Amino acid sequence: MQATSGRSARPERPLSPHIQIYYPLINMVMSIVHRITGAALYIGSLLLAWWLIAAATGPDYYNYVVSWFATWPGKLILLGYTWALMHHMLGGIRHLIWDTGLGFDLKTIDILSWGSLAGSLVLTVLIWFCALNLGGI
Amino acid sequence: MVLMRTPLKIARQLGSAKEGTDHFWKQRVTAVANVFLGLFLVWLIASLVGADYTTVKLKLSNPLIALALLGLIVSGTLHMRLGMQAIIEDYVHSEGLKIAALMLNTFFAVFIALASIFSILKLSFGA
Repeated sequence: MQATSGRSARPERPLSPHIQIYYPLINMVMSIVHRITGAALYIGSLLLAWWLIAAATGPDYYNYVVSWFATWPGKLILLGYTWALMHHMLGGIRHLIWDTGLGFDLKTIDILSWGSLAGSLVLTVLIWFCALNLGGI
Repeated sequence: MVLMRTPLKIARQLGSAKEGTDHFWKQRVTAVANVFLGLFLVWLIASLVGADYTTVKLKLSNPLIALALLGLIVSGTLHMRLGMQAIIEDYVHSEGLKIAALMLNTFFAVFIALASIFSILKLSFGA
C-alpha cells in the first residue's frame, strides 16, 4: 500500500464553486459589506484613539488633529466612518434577529437586508444634518 | 452509529478547539453593548463638532461620559479583535502567517484599548 502522507502526495482535486459564479443577492451583498465595514471600523478605531489622545495631550495638539478632520479628505473619511458604523450596527442587529431563528423566510430576508442598507444611508444623512446644522443631536 | 466521544467530552461541550461557544457568545454580548455605546459615541461626537478645546475637555472629563467611553473602548476593542480573528482565520491559510496575523491583531486591539483608556483617565484625573 502506497503511503499518502505529505503534501506532494495530495492529488489535485477540483475546488468547489466560489462566490464569483453566483448571481449577487441582496442578503449576500449585505453580508459581504458587513465584513468590509467591520474591517473599516477596525482601522477607523485608530481615528477615535487619535482624537482621544489629542484631547488628553492639550489644546495645541487637539486643534492640530481637529484641523486634519476638517479638511475635505478628513470629512470624507469621517462620513464614510459614520456610514460604516451605521451599516455595521444595523447589519449586526439583523444578525442578532437571525440568531434567534426568526426572519428566515425569503421575504423577511429581503426586507431586513434592504432595510439595513436604506437605514444606514438615512441615519448617516440624519446624523450629519444634525451635527452640522443643529450643533449636535 | 458508534459514538467516539467520551461522556466527559460531551458534558464539557468545548469541542476540538477547547473553546466551545466562547467566541460566538462574546461576539454577541459585545455586539449588543456596542449598539448602545456606538450610538452614544455618535451623539457625543456630533455634539462636539466645532467645539473649542475647553468645552471638549470639560465634556470628556464628565464622569458619566468617561464611564460610557470606557465601556465603549472595552466592548469595542474586544468585538473588533474577535471580528478580525474570524477574517484572518478565513483568508490566511499559511500556518505561520496566520499565527503572526492573529498575534498582531491582539497587539493592535490592546494598543487601541490602552491608548484610549489612558487618554480618558488622564482627561478625568489629570491636571
